[in-house]
Amino acid sequence: MENKEALVNYCLRIGDSSLVLAQRLAEWCSNGPMLEEDIALTNISLDLFGQSRMLYNYIAELNGKGETEDSIAFGRNERAFYNVLLSERPNGHFGDTIVRGLLVDAFNFHFYTQLQNSKNETLAAFAEKSLKEVTYHLRHSSEWVVRLGDGTEESKEKVQASLNDLWKYTDDLFEMNEDDIVLVADGIAIDLTAIKPLWLETVTSVVKRATLTLPENGYMHKGSRKAVHSEYLGHLLCDMQYLQRAYPDAKW
Amino acid sequence: MTAEENIWKLLEEVPDPEIPVISIIDLGVVRTVTVNNDEVVIEITSTYSGCPATDVFIADIQSKLQENDFRNVEVKMKFSPAWTTDWLTENARIKLREYGIAPPEDELDKSVLFAKQVVVPCPRCSSKNTKLKSQFGSTACKSLYQCNDCHEPFDYFKCLK
Repeated sequence: MENKEALVNYCLRIGDSSLVLAQRLAEWCSNGPMLEEDIALTNISLDLFGQSRMLYNYIAELNGKGETEDSIAFGRNERAFYNVLLSERPNGHFGDTIVRGLLVDAFNFHFYTQLQNSKNETLAAFAEKSLKEVTYHLRHSSEWVVRLGDGTEESKEKVQASLNDLWKYTDDLFEMNEDDIVLVADGIAIDLTAIKPLWLETVTSVVKRATLTLPENGYMHKGSRKAVHSEYLGHLLCDMQYLQRAYPDAKW
Repeated sequence: MTAEENIWKLLEEVPDPEIPVISIIDLGVVRTVTVNNDEVVIEITSTYSGCPATDVFIADIQSKLQENDFRNVEVKMKFSPAWTTDWLTENARIKLREYGIAPPEDELDKSVLFAKQVVVPCPRCSSKNTKLKSQFGSTACKSLYQCNDCHEPFDYFKCLK
């Protein structure tokens, strides 16, 4: 296949973003503010884990070097992960998690809507399936942002602070590199500059309804395309990969 | 009866691991059954990407067929077209309701954001006066409702299209 390496990198970015956010959301298990939300956040986590598995299996097949979904998930260090920076942000309080959810879910919704038209059949099928799931995620996060933003004085103040804090990681969602350019030309990848206005429209409509204020664009953190991360990712991976690192090839 | 027909029949006896009143045929996850000499290939489509029941389906299909002397069975995952609740059989909808799970309703408001909540009749008392408690329920495929009349909480098998 032409541009195999670019395709593998592209799949890693999508798969890693899902995996890392799934791991973050799983940290809420038994810590949710109420039973329903504990279940909701871990359900979303489960969908995202499933999505990353589909892509890791595809990468293993593309590489054909005896890798497995597990070796890809558990055998790499942080400088080999291409997840978007937002996905590794710590959970913070419930409002922080919900706002991070909105920013990522709105991106995923528009991204998968477009990726359904990819000329790569596996990616198109993956996008079709994932879109159905992320639509529920977006509904969940947007309704909570409204409830908290248009809630009490305290909840409003808190989610406005979450939004202001997380905003500086949003440009990173739309970073493209030479792999994207090659794959966009082949009709396989999505031009993220076209996704950005759609994303902004969705986020703005939720923020308005929540009576919050859209932050101004200031300094923006980037780097996930080069696998440059915040220190949080290393800690997350330590936790996630511990068993497989301590007992290589352990089986259930 | 051909070998294929025999296998479709046998698969009707494989229950959904999470909702054992319906079979994997009722659930609509089995897409194709192909028999070539003694090689059986079954294609299935999982409901939700992360559904932990998927691995159980595969093991249960394997053991069901092996008990019936199909020794060479391969179960493959098929991702496209994606599974939809339209593939639930009419039989599944009846059994779900009897089991206390409201079957999927056609969701008329297609808007992604702030869609009007669908009316889900209570599977116990049939009242339409029910409310959504949580988008996400005990498994990936369900959300949680409560009946305002009989006050029972119940699972709703959410519509996925």
